Amino acid sequence: MLNIDSIENGIVIDHITAGRGMRVYELLELHRLDTCVAIIRNARSSKFGRKDIIKIEGVMDVDLDVLGFIDDHATVCVIRDGKLLEKKRPQLPQRLVNIVSCKNPRCITSVEDVDQIFYLCDGEKHRYRCQYCEQLLSEEG
Amino acid sequence: MRHLIDPLDFTREETDRLLGLAETIMDKPSEYAHRCAGKILATLFFEPSTRTRLSFESAMLRLGGQVLGFSSAQSSSAAKGESVADTIRMISGYADIAAMRHFKEGAPFVAARYSRIPVVNAGDGGHQHPTQTLTDLFTIRRCRGKVGDLTIGLCGDLKFGRTVHSLIKSLVRYEGIRFVLISPEELRTPGYILKEVLGPSGHPFTEVRRMEEVMPELDVLYMTRVQRERFFNEEDYVRLKDSYILTPEKLRMGKADLAVLHPLPRVNEIDQQVDQDPRALYFQQARGGVFVRMALILSLLGLEPDILEKEGEPC
Repeated sequence: MLNIDSIENGIVIDHITAGRGMRVYELLELHRLDTCVAIIRNARSSKFGRKDIIKIEGVMDVDLDVLGFIDDHATVCVIRDGKLLEKKRPQLPQRLVNIVSCKNPRCITSVEDVDQIFYLCDGEKHRYRCQYCEQLLSEEG
Repeated sequence: MRHLIDPLDFTREETDRLLGLAETIMDKPSEYAHRCAGKILATLFFEPSTRTRLSFESAMLRLGGQVLGFSSAQSSSAAKGESVADTIRMISGYADIAAMRHFKEGAPFVAARYSRIPVVNAGDGGHQHPTQTLTDLFTIRRCRGKVGDLTIGLCGDLKFGRTVHSLIKSLVRYEGIRFVLISPEELRTPGYILKEVLGPSGHPFTEVRRMEEVMPELDVLYMTRVQRERFFNEEDYVRLKDSYILTPEKLRMGKADLAVLHPLPRVNEIDQQVDQDPRALYFQQARGGVFVRMALILSLLGLEPDILEKEGEPC
């Protein structure tokens, strides 16, 4: 059993679908932080069998839109003085702004320096379309 | 300020009022001959187009306004690398309204976000062409008295044809429409149109391979071009192309009051002998496009205040 210290003040993103932890790490741009960040992959989960977990020391807020887009099953636990202060569940966002880029070479965003905007077109299947060209967002984003 | 970027930017009620205005203008053009005196339309055509550009220019000139613009990216500052956002900011100082055609999908949407004047999407790549959709609706309304309670056949390239997709999205807002989608397997209507547009609308639709199977049922037949380059091999093209060419023989199977539409340009998908048939409405359709654009210019400039609501969806 691998042991990782619990955090005093910060955030634990729990119940991330196994395998998506690195994507959450990338899109939340956690590499930019100079505080302690731990990614635990394939942790045992009584609910899901396996899950990923990210622990971030010293940060009390996280972009729930980004998280909701990648994995709306995740749970955000805010920890203060070693105690659970708050639990948040991210929602699937209606709009994504500058989170992912359109891959359509015919889209104006391929040549013009504008915000990358996607809107939710199918909440059930978590599908987004580019606001400019309506191309469906690919799985890789 | 309103723009027209997507055919659905206008509500159905706004669309109906706009088409009603186009009919009034068509019936009494002289009453509108000077309504845009002192106004300037900028035609920003980053991609060549004959029909659409001339139709916009004709519309503005028939309203007594003036026109400036360019007809290819090479003759614009885009050749020097200017962004769409900067181009429209500059044009906002030169004109009162702009019609933009661009080879990049979504370019008019970008323009609308930065513009101080109304922007009309005159075609953005293979994406949208809302004034063509309004023209299609206008032609149906004009020949059938209303849009609704009709069996509409869409024939040809239903996969890549942008006019077809826009028309379907608009038609589902009307009651009693039954869609018949006629195409080769390779050029079927994209799944997302069926699942996200037609399915949820509740309108019945069928997909068939041959025009002859359904001809007697149709009230409107909307033809599009089947392009050779869309096929994987020449054999398939040769095998399928005749099913998507409208000939006098096939037209004989149609109703007496069938309306045959085509966004033009036509290549060979409608036999020239069909042109003589009173049911062939595609040249009337192109002419009607001028009146639709006149109505659109007047409405977007606020010179016909009762057509559009003040605010639409923000761009």
